Parts: sequence; C-alpha cells; structure tokens
Amino acid sequence: MSAVPRESTGTPKEARAAWWLLAPALGAIVLFFALPVVAGLLLSFSDFDLYAIADPRNARFVGLGNYARLLRDPLFWKALGNTFLLVAVGGPLTLAVALGGALLVNSRLARLRGLYRTIFFAPVVTTLVAVAVVWRALYHPRFGLFNQILGLFGVPEIDWLGHPRWAMFAIVLLSVWRSFGYCLVILVAGLQAIPETLYEAARLDGASWWHQLRHVTLPLLRPTLVFAGVITTVGFFQLFAEPYVMTRGGPLNATLSIALLMYQQGFRWWNMGHAAAIAFTLFALILATSALQVGLRRREARR
Amino acid sequence: MARRSYELSPALAGLLALALAACGARDPDPNLVRFWAFGREGEMVRELVPEFERRHPGVRVEVQQVPWTAAHEKLLTAHVGNATPDVAQLGNTWVPEFVALEALAPLDVRLAVSRAVARADYFAGAWDSNVVDGVTWGVPWYVDTRVLFYRTDLVAASGAPWPPRTWAEWRQAMARIKQRGGAERYAILLPVDEWDKPVLLGLQAGAALLDAEGRRGAFRDRRFRRAMVFYTDLFAAGLAPPVTSSGIANLYQQFAEGYFAMVVTGPWNLGEFRNRLPADMQQRWATAPLPAPDASAGYPGVSLAGGASLVLFRHAAEHDAAWRLVEFLSAPAQQARFYALTGDLPSRRSAWARTDLDADPRAAAFREQLGALASLPKVPESEQIVARVAEAVEQVVRGSRTLDEALAALDADVDRMLEKRRWLLEKKAGEARP
Repeated sequence: MSAVPRESTGTPKEARAAWWLLAPALGAIVLFFALPVVAGLLLSFSDFDLYAIADPRNARFVGLGNYARLLRDPLFWKALGNTFLLVAVGGPLTLAVALGGALLVNSRLARLRGLYRTIFFAPVVTTLVAVAVVWRALYHPRFGLFNQILGLFGVPEIDWLGHPRWAMFAIVLLSVWRSFGYCLVILVAGLQAIPETLYEAARLDGASWWHQLRHVTLPLLRPTLVFAGVITTVGFFQLFAEPYVMTRGGPLNATLSIALLMYQQGFRWWNMGHAAAIAFTLFALILATSALQVGLRRREARR
Repeated sequence: MARRSYELSPALAGLLALALAACGARDPDPNLVRFWAFGREGEMVRELVPEFERRHPGVRVEVQQVPWTAAHEKLLTAHVGNATPDVAQLGNTWVPEFVALEALAPLDVRLAVSRAVARADYFAGAWDSNVVDGVTWGVPWYVDTRVLFYRTDLVAASGAPWPPRTWAEWRQAMARIKQRGGAERYAILLPVDEWDKPVLLGLQAGAALLDAEGRRGAFRDRRFRRAMVFYTDLFAAGLAPPVTSSGIANLYQQFAEGYFAMVVTGPWNLGEFRNRLPADMQQRWATAPLPAPDASAGYPGVSLAGGASLVLFRHAAEHDAAWRLVEFLSAPAQQARFYALTGDLPSRRSAWARTDLDADPRAAAFREQLGALASLPKVPESEQIVARVAEAVEQVVRGSRTLDEALAALDADVDRMLEKRRWLLEKKAGEARP
C-alpha cells in the first residue's frame, strides 16, 4: 500500500473486478435490506392482513388510506405522544447522566475508574428480560425497594407500573439506566481526545473547575455530544423492548410506544399494511429529527 | 441503545417471510405424522406417543414442542411458508382465525364414521367452540374454563349465603367480606387489564358482543351495559382493588394473606393452589361455579369455553395416520393419562370417570361449570376485540371515561376492526348472486 494518493477510478478492468468483489455484499444488502424495505413500502399502501394471507385477492390497494387512518386513530396519537415524551425526557436525561458519569470516569481525582466504567456499562449488555424481572421487583407497589425507600420519607405507596401516571416515568427511568452506559463510553472517548494542555492553560489563567467545564470541555465535546444525542434520540424513538417486557404498553396504553404499536398491529393482529404504514411514519419522524439535530449543529459550526 | 434496532429484526424477518411466501409442494409421507403441541402439553404428550406407535406399526410421530408465547406466530408463519404440521394443538379461540386462513381440514366426514370420537360424550360448549359456520374443524383435547376460587374461612366468617347463585347474592357476600376485612383487604381480585372477566359477565347477561354475522360491535346493547355496570361498580364500591395483573407479585401469597377472598380463574390453579399455598391454608380454600345474573337465568351462569383442540391442517385432510393420532389422543383412556401428566381437564365425560377428578370436590365446580359454557364470537378478529374490551372497561374503572362514552368508543373501534370482514361478506354475497 502506498501513501501517495491515487486516482479513485482505476482501469476498466479494475473497476469490473471491484464490482465482482462487491457483488456478494451488495447482493446481501439488496436481498436483506432494500427488498424488504421496498416490500414494506408497498405493503403500507395495501390493507394486507390475515384474510390476505389466506387469499391474496383479499388484499386491497388502499393508497394512502393506511396513513389517513393513522392520522384519525386516537391510539396512534397516544403512542406518538408517548414516544415524544420518551424522546423529550429520556433523551436529555440520558445525555445528562452519561455526561456526569463520563466526567467522573475521566476525572483524575476518581479512583477505581475501570470499576465505574464496568458498572456503568453493565446495564447496556445485560439481557433485558433478566433486567425486567429485577426492575419489576424494584417497582412492586407493596414490596418494592423504591416504595420502601420513599416510605421512609412518608411518601404514600406508588403503583409504578400499574398506574397510567407513573408507568411512563418508570419506563423512562429504566430506559435511561439501561442506555446511558453506551453514551458514556462515547463521551469518555470524546473527553480523552481533549488535549490536557488546554486545561493546563486554563488553570494557569485561574479558571475554576466550573469554568473549565463550560469553556473548555463542553465546546470541544460538542461534536461528540451531537453524535451521542442523535444516537440516543433514535434509540428512544424506536423504544420497544422496555415497554414490551415491563408493561406490554399498558396501563391504559400509557407506555405504548410507536414501535410497540407497530409490533402489536403487525404481529399480534396481523394488520400488516397498517403496521407497515406505522413503520414508515416512524422512519420519517426519525429522519426529520436527526436532520434537524445535525442541521442545527452545522449552522452552529458555521457561526 | 444501538442494539435496539436488532431487537426488531424478527419483525423484518417476518415481513420477508411474507414477501417471499412461495408455494412449495411437499410430498407427504403417509407413515410420518408431524405433530405440534405447545408448552407443557407439548412436553408431556411425548409420553403418550410410544403407545400410539406400538399400536400402529410403521407409523412414526414427530412431536415438536413450541412455547405457548410463540405458538400463534409460529403457526401463522408456518402457514404462510407452507410448513404447517399435519396435526396440531390449537387454542380453541384461534379456530375461527385459522378457518378464515383456510388452513384447516374440515372433519365432519371423518367424524361421521369415527367410532373413537363420540360427540355426545364431550362437553357441548367445548365442542361447539370448534364449529364455525356449521362445519367442525377441531376435536376438543382438553377443556378450560373459569370458576370462582375462594377462601372458605373468610366467606364463612362473613355469614353470607354461599355459594352465591345470583349476582345480587354474590355482590352481597362481597360487601360483607369487605366490611369485615377493612381498608387493606378486598373481596375479589379482578385485574383490570384482563378481558376475560368483563367479557364472561357480558356473556352471562346474554350479550352477543357482536351483531348477527359479526358485522359490527354490539357493546352498547343493554345487556352488556348491565354487566359492565355490575363489574365497574365492584371497583367503585372498593370490593375489588384497581390493580393490573403485573401489580400482583404473588397471587398465592396474597391469597393466603387474605388480601382478597375470591378470584375468578382456571383449572391450572387447582394444582398451583395445592402446591403453592402454605400447609395451613390447604383446608381453607375451595371452588364454586359462577353465579348467574338472575335466578331466572339458571345456575350456574355461563363461563368461557377455553382449552385446546386437535386439528388437521388442510394438506393433511387425506392423511389417515394423522387422523388416527387425533382419535388415539381423544380416547378416554389416553385423556385420563394426559390428565395425570398435565392436570389438564379432559374434554370427555367418560374420561373424567377414569381419573380422581370425580372424587375431588374442588374439581366438581369445574365439572358443573363445563355444562354451562359460551364461546367468543366466532370471527378471526375476536381476540383483538376482547383485548379492546379490557381497555374500554379499564378506562371506566380508572374514571377517565364514563361507561357510555367508553362503550360508544368501543363500538366505533370494533366496527373499524370489522370493516374488512364486512367487505368480504359483501363480496361473497355478490359472488353468490347470479
């Protein structure tokens, strides 16, 4: 391999060889990614369901009917509201907790940094079903740890998972706990990329810890924060497993996320067309939000 | 966080399976019977198979055990992928759905000449749940319904007439139990996210849930409304705690503690109560059939026809060995053995006589209840509909909607779920016209 930059286009023969070498991977992408996506899009314009599985003639082309129906479906709006709540509360909370953890892990003052890093990352790699068993016990209204601690301060019993007002909060808490470790690792990497000399210079100028954080750490960490923010936002938009194993979307659909609604429509009731429409709506939402985040970052960078 | 996208990949795989649903013919082996059974039944039925193979030399049975939670999805994807087994266990509420899929073989011709499967010996309500549009699609394997489990000591201390035969008596007994128990104890446990209790009360009151032919919801019907007034009032009066099923950490422990005095549940809990309740509690619980709305409605009031049936899939309609397996598993002697292995209640009366069930006073309530069964409307959408019923009723219990608002919204949603069915019925009617 030479360090000299080469023309990106080789000889026609080389180009042909390149295509041959790429073919298996491209084939797999087309077969397992592009094709299902196109099929899904077509599905979202039909009312493909259980009856259509029996006889394809029972499927009707409904155009944008599934999307129109979604807009009229109170359940969809409920799920959408829940999902936005998850993103709006869970996203920033995850970032804040991850940032705090990252500063702690990266701090020269803290001991046992490796241990902290392991502890913070452990929830990310733990099987959710096992996590759910433990957290359900923690949330139990009568015997759970949370209520027992709150009870010491005279707070009355809270039915965490059973009451519509608290269930979403309980799911957010669990999701944040489960996902901040991943962000933390990214942020730690970002922190370590900040040259130590900048801090030395800041200290010479008499900057306090707070000033160092505001004027050195955060500005230099911004690209990493945006990246972690996008990842976290997308993750919360797609939140599925936590409500699925903890509450099945209940009580009263208080924890029904869009992804869970899609799963229920598709694989519980076999309204595939409807489910596909939900999937593409979710896709559009995530795309728009991510574009917004990255756009804001770009505009800021230009300033 | 990033791994979450992978957790949805079964969904994509399912879409792909549907997209690629190709028709692959397979040559059936007349001496191989592929049998799918679920959960514990799938595990235990293996014990019965050697005897069948001994009686039918040359025939081999391949039992595949599928977990209950995956059973429905797996059967549907198997149907789409043309990979259904020859014989399967099928929850009898699923029968209409698989009939609509045209996945099953009709059994009437075989039943007409079968000496092993005698319809008269079966609990009528259980048999009826397998009949859709006049055609029989399954043979009940074991039965399941809901009765009242209660604490004999708490009931006796309340001094209420027992067992209650009408809703009024039932309600009165609950009020007395609650009065003695105080604020932290309840008369009955009815988890608000479960559909079976509100639905069976509606069926008891004579509600059909849907209109004739199952074209539209009929939940604003006065009979259903009456049942819901009775049901939701149990929460309003503090007789039942407004908890969800996930809010009950340990049913048995809380029953033993006296947190609630009654619960409406199924036969699997006969064994569970025996195994899980502490020893000093064993003489303090019993079962009773469900009360009826009025004295004139006859006792007991109806309960849900649950359980599982044995079905032949369509491609196995001519598969004689597969049918012989169904006949074998339906024989009273095998049903009795199966009961001993699983605790599942036999679907035939003559099989009960071969077990210890007739001597068990707690099973007697089930036997009596099995004489009064009702099925959900036989439309493929019924599971989706009853899940929506639970939601509507929970809204009323939680006070977020009035009963009439909730029932109107329920009817509107159910009408939307049945839109496709109406279209198909009209299409069929149009084709039938010359």
